[in-house]
Amino acid sequence: MVQIVCTLLLFMVIIFPIGNYVYHVSVGKRTFADPVFDKMDNFVFRILKIDTSTMTWKKYAMSLLMVNLCLVFIGYLILRIQSIGFLNPNGISGMEESLSFNTIISFMTNTNLQHYAGESGLSYLSQMLVIIMMMFTSAATGFSACIAMIRGLLGKKMGNFYVDFIRIINRFLLPLSMIIGLFLVWQGVPQNLNSNIELTTIEGKIQEIASGPIAALESIKHLGTNGGGFLGANSATPLENPTIITNIIELFSMMILPVSCIFVFGRMAYDKHEESKANNRVYTLSTKNCNRANKVWIGKEGRTIFVAMSILFVIGLGVCFWSESLGNHAVAQAGITETFGNMEGKEVRFGVAQSALFTTATTSFTTGSVNNMHDTLTPLGGLVPLMHMMLNVVFGGAGVGLMNMLIYAIIAVFICGLMIGRTPEYLGKKIEGKEMKLAALCIIIHPLLILGFSALAVSIPEGVNGITNPSFHGLSQVLYEFASSAANNGSGFEGLLDNSLFWNMSCGIVMFLARYLPIIIQLGIAGSLMNKIDINESTGTLKTNTLTFAIILVIVVYIFAALTFLPAIALGPVAEMLTL
Amino acid sequence: MKCLFNKLKTPFKLSLVMFVICGLIYPMLMTGLSQAIFPHQANGSLIEIDGKVIGSELVGQDFTDERLFHCRPSAVNYNTFTQNEKESKGQVLPSSGSENLASSNPKLEKRINDDIEKFLQENPTIKREDIPADIITASGSGLDPHISVDAANVQIDRVSKNTHISKEVLKKLIKDNIENKLLGIFGEEKVNVLQLNLSLIREIKQS
Repeated sequence: MVQIVCTLLLFMVIIFPIGNYVYHVSVGKRTFADPVFDKMDNFVFRILKIDTSTMTWKKYAMSLLMVNLCLVFIGYLILRIQSIGFLNPNGISGMEESLSFNTIISFMTNTNLQHYAGESGLSYLSQMLVIIMMMFTSAATGFSACIAMIRGLLGKKMGNFYVDFIRIINRFLLPLSMIIGLFLVWQGVPQNLNSNIELTTIEGKIQEIASGPIAALESIKHLGTNGGGFLGANSATPLENPTIITNIIELFSMMILPVSCIFVFGRMAYDKHEESKANNRVYTLSTKNCNRANKVWIGKEGRTIFVAMSILFVIGLGVCFWSESLGNHAVAQAGITETFGNMEGKEVRFGVAQSALFTTATTSFTTGSVNNMHDTLTPLGGLVPLMHMMLNVVFGGAGVGLMNMLIYAIIAVFICGLMIGRTPEYLGKKIEGKEMKLAALCIIIHPLLILGFSALAVSIPEGVNGITNPSFHGLSQVLYEFASSAANNGSGFEGLLDNSLFWNMSCGIVMFLARYLPIIIQLGIAGSLMNKIDINESTGTLKTNTLTFAIILVIVVYIFAALTFLPAIALGPVAEMLTL
Repeated sequence: MKCLFNKLKTPFKLSLVMFVICGLIYPMLMTGLSQAIFPHQANGSLIEIDGKVIGSELVGQDFTDERLFHCRPSAVNYNTFTQNEKESKGQVLPSSGSENLASSNPKLEKRINDDIEKFLQENPTIKREDIPADIITASGSGLDPHISVDAANVQIDRVSKNTHISKEVLKKLIKDNIENKLLGIFGEEKVNVLQLNLSLIREIKQS
């Protein structure tokens, strides 16, 4: 308990300078590292002959899709021919079609759902060229889309996709990945290109130990909220996550980018507010100086979103930790006292506290890496990760989490508008029929994909054959798999036998639709709001920068989730808990 | 058609640049730096004794010898196997993971009961209710190198009987091998089984 609080407090300390830096990178303000990075950016712009002028939302979305399309195409080819001798010391053979399809969609959409085991499924060439590369590009894609949406909502120009994309990789993801990667190596994560180690133990047995460029993958895996492990058991393995220090580093690095997005949003909203204030009154030098004096970190609008997300996070974390501390039913049945809580599927070095924290964070920030096996969580402990993926707004993945939350904010504003009889407005823009239709469409896609495909899977033998745990938990496995795909999370109730044609294809389709449809719709909403004239704040305006609105937002999120997911959850984890 | 080609030109070139920067330069640079600064860790933190590699600090092993301390149950058997098994299987790739049995799954109860029976047979002096939970539950990775301090202490009787080393010495060995919480707050108290066994073997050789 104490260590969970300390870990989160420590995170609050480091996130302020980092959020500030990401804000500067996003809006193109000067930072201390510009002399180096300007050269890098300009070099890339020059060799690609990129036109850096601002785009319309349609062109922005189109460029995003085209870049992703090209990456998918080349990546798929590499997966299929990975058996060639280059960077393949363990002699891994090529990947089969449906699995390659699933894998490439999974990594391009920032999901990182893995229907293969890293040790036997991928050569080092694929791990580097496809997996590591896509971890950078998919995170940058999500982040760019988010920045563009914020700009649109605030009535600024949309910006240029290529510029946003290259800037965030060059100035944030690459340098930070290297620093974090070296920290991980220092703690024991391997980083080499040698074949697996075969050794003879003191008992005379033979042991195989996996090897490879693990640290390079590990750092960007968390930083980009990707989550696909180098090895089958992901961050639970002592090779990917050897100590408590690496566990905290990995935890923090997956939380950095989603929270930074909120900082960027809050600061940009604040900047706009200040600009309009400045335009509305006589602008004297003294007020300008006065404004400069008080340093703004997150901005009021950003604070609202941050508080709302934090409330959701802490509730989930509390339930998960409490349920795991109570222990495993099967162990208790066998007459064993569990002093440390449920240890089945957990590592001794992390224990229940760090495991519950990691589980809640990885599904809230939609990273999907695991440091314990989610299938072996207690029913309520497993409900929390499932629920957070169904909500998909508890911080969420790089960029897209904030985008989803902004959609919920628009809906919350609309509902409040109906209740108090005012025209709904958000960030000084009127929300009208067109935006509401798009927002409603955007929000319905997620449950439709999860519940629709789960229903399909449990009604045909190809789907049912994958289920490995009996009774209610079997349904949870199916729900979890599609919730994970649709939230672009990537963790799993790993017992599911998911490397089959049906599971590969269905999950691939869900991941694809769940990633690109919302991004396009969200950019569309931003594009439509961008062109509207700002309305002045009056006494009748619903304030969206208050604690009250944060609580409204939490309630709206929970009500919406309850309306859509309650029956499924009642049949899965809740029924499992009640029957134990 | 030509229009589409033009539209794809920049994205395609950008993709190629990304493959080179993020997919090749970055991991290669990382490999170079790690090998130069932390060669021991970058190559798997291997433990060598008399010039022979006998294990990794990070990965547990499937100890079965009655004189040694044992690890937790593993779904992948710590990727260890005998010479015969290796010959029959040919090339073996390592794996990791757990059995993923839900707490409501009757198979989990059965497996735990089997593990308890096995443990009680090996350690006849121990009562069922004194068995710590971690030694009869499987780890998430199947490679967990640690056991809790209780789980080490509960094996003292057996190790002492088979090695003829006094319980006090064994207790001290365990105490010396305890890895504490970081700053007294983060993580759990634990014992690395391979390290403990190595100090135990040194003790046996001395006596």
